[in-house]
Formats: sequence, structure tokens, C-alpha cells
Amino acid sequence: MRAMQTRRTFLELAGGAALAGAVPIVTIRPLEATPAMLSSAIRNVVGEAPVRTGKVKLEIPPLVENGNTVPMTVSVTSPMTDNDYVKSIHVFNEKNPQPNIGNFYIGLSAGRAQVSTRIRLADSQKVVAIARLSDDTFWSASVDVVVTLAACTEELI
Amino acid sequence: MPSALVNVPRTARRGDIIEIKTLMSHIMETGYRHTSAGEAVPRDIITSFACRYNGTEIFRADFFPAIAANPYVSFFTVARDSGKFEFEWIGDNGFSATATAAITVG
Repeated sequence: MRAMQTRRTFLELAGGAALAGAVPIVTIRPLEATPAMLSSAIRNVVGEAPVRTGKVKLEIPPLVENGNTVPMTVSVTSPMTDNDYVKSIHVFNEKNPQPNIGNFYIGLSAGRAQVSTRIRLADSQKVVAIARLSDDTFWSASVDVVVTLAACTEELI
Repeated sequence: MPSALVNVPRTARRGDIIEIKTLMSHIMETGYRHTSAGEAVPRDIITSFACRYNGTEIFRADFFPAIAANPYVSFFTVARDSGKFEFEWIGDNGFSATATAAITVG
């Protein structure tokens, strides 16, 4: 028991040191977005408003062989009527060099709040979709994706 | 030479919800890759896409480097009147491309 605690303490220290050591590298060239970058990118879109889970459906394969092109569909449950429709859909990631993937502005004329595209994933990570409704509330869904061949890492010849 | 592929139903009944699919040829260079000599490859992406239906904007998107090469986007709209869809892609290094599609609404 005591040995366990010592080991845990050691791991925490080691983890902390690794994190501290990584900070200067991240500031020089951000090779991957951090959870803090993800949350600040989300704050840039939603401001101080709370983001609730629900209404949004994010369809993306849970296991991806090639991170260079990953099909993705976001749909939002909405009647799409004059006083209840979806204004926009925003998609974010956790570990690409940049936390944003795309912003899609749809609006009342869409009839159906659904967007599909193909994205890049540099690593196994969480993908987050956030919808802004006409009453300016925000709803989200997230999916964890495992990527076997990552995007962005190959060198040019 | 950029080439666009857009897929819009030729005909629809008034009030139908129709799907619009678009594909634009573009490298979408992220700006995060390096040559084997270590030089950074500059970013070259499409940054925005818009669709107008008889002059009114019905869809707009901001793209980031995480959008895959040859950006594909599909979305929906309500068929209201016969007329024209105009598509426009704008990107780095002065990239600009357009496409159009016609629809007959009965």
C-alpha cells in the first residue's frame, strides 16, 4: 500500500515534470492543440453561455484507418420553424495543431439542420460539435475517435 | 485550374427539403507540414464557402486546415422557387472559384 502511494506520487511528479517540460515546445510551435485551446476555441464561439449536451448528433466512425479524410455528419434535432431553428454548427477537435475544424451557418431556410463534410484528424482524439439555436442556446455532442494512420505527420519528399 | 462538382436536384416540388452536395478540387495544405529538408510548407487552404439561392445566402462555411483535401460539403435547403444556385469558394493566395446550378420547382 505504501509502495503504491510512493509510485503514484512519483508518477504524478514525473507527469508534472513532463508537462512543464512540454510547455516551451508548445509555445514555439503548437504541434497539438491542448484541452485548454479546445475550450478557449469553444468560448470564442459561445461566449459565456452554457453549453448543454443533447439535440446534436455527431456521426463519425469510432475507428478510423486514415486520418487524412474522415467522413463526418452533424445533425441537430430541430423543428426548423420561424421561432425555433438552428443558426449554426461549429466543429472542434482536441489534438490537431488547431482546435477549429469548421463553422457552418445554416439558418431557417435550410429546412433540415444537417451538414456533412470530410475532416482531418492528426491523432486519436475527441471531436466536439456545437449547435447554436435561434434562441441563442448552445447544444453539443462529442465522439471519441481512434485513428490508426494520422494526418499531417508525413513528410514531403 | 480549380474544378467544382455540385449536385442539386434538377426538379423539386415547392416546399421539398433538398440536399445539395458540393466538391471542390483543392490541396488544402495545412501549413503544419515540413519538407524533408525541414522547411515549413506554407498554408494554402480554402477559408470560406457560400451558397446563394436566387441571390439570397442560404449557407456559409468557414474552413480550417482540419478540413480534408478537396473539400466536400453537403447541406439542405427548402425548394421555394425555380432559379439558380450560386456557389463560391474563397481561399489563400487569392483563390476564388464559382459554380452554378439550376433548379425547376413545380
